[in-house]
Amino acid sequence: MNALRQYLDFQASALDIRERRNTLLGSNIANAGTPGYKARDIDFETELQAQIQGPSIATSHKGHLDPDGPSERILFRDPLNPSVDGNTVELSVEQMEFSENTVRYATSLTFLNNRITGLMSAIRGE
Amino acid sequence: MAEIKNIFDVAGRSMGAQMVRLNTIASNLANAQTKTGSADTAYRPLRTVFETVYETGFNSYSSNGHATVDVSEIIELEREPIKLYEPNNPQADADGYVYGAPVDVDEEMVEMMEASRQYQNNLEVVTTLRALMMRTVNMGK
Repeated sequence: MNALRQYLDFQASALDIRERRNTLLGSNIANAGTPGYKARDIDFETELQAQIQGPSIATSHKGHLDPDGPSERILFRDPLNPSVDGNTVELSVEQMEFSENTVRYATSLTFLNNRITGLMSAIRGE
Repeated sequence: MAEIKNIFDVAGRSMGAQMVRLNTIASNLANAQTKTGSADTAYRPLRTVFETVYETGFNSYSSNGHATVDVSEIIELEREPIKLYEPNNPQADADGYVYGAPVDVDEEMVEMMEASRQYQNNLEVVTTLRALMMRTVNMGK
């Protein structure tokens, strides 16, 4: 069972990070008109590295701060044109990032699908 | 205050907020030509005040990045009504003046364009992610 999981794990992690990023970018787009809102994003590569490597310091209590925790790596967007109301969402940027992210999500999904169908045909012995 | 669970809550509540904004704009435009007999009762344009709602934490530093929008309040703009001399108007005061709503139609149209664009953006996000989710549900078939 572990081998199967390892076979699918990489693309599954990628899919998970893409989904998290989608929600963040969706939040940014939703708040495009809210004064004072700071746009946030994650770096896909850093997230994937963290997923593969696992936490560097073990946390044994729920009160422990996790330096590698997902919320510690959510970055703030540096706006190209800062606006007067303190909002750092730039719709053009967010929409491009969002569309890129959805395409990459679909790509990961296709890879994952191919792996599953490959496994299925191997199991069936076709 | 309902919690934010997923992107549907984020986009849905944001669309709701934009809808409230569109409704206030419609009220402003509908009242653009109304006149009253005193400055106090004259219509004042309404504006929505947006506020970010975070899933966790109370500001962007302590949140997990998931955030949607709520209308925190609807304010009346503090503008002087337009004073017009219309002695034949039945609503005119003792000096023959009526007070028109200080609604700038161009300004309202710009507000309306912006609100409807924001609404469309959120709808686009939901449509895209829903399609991806449907494909994910059918994974391995």
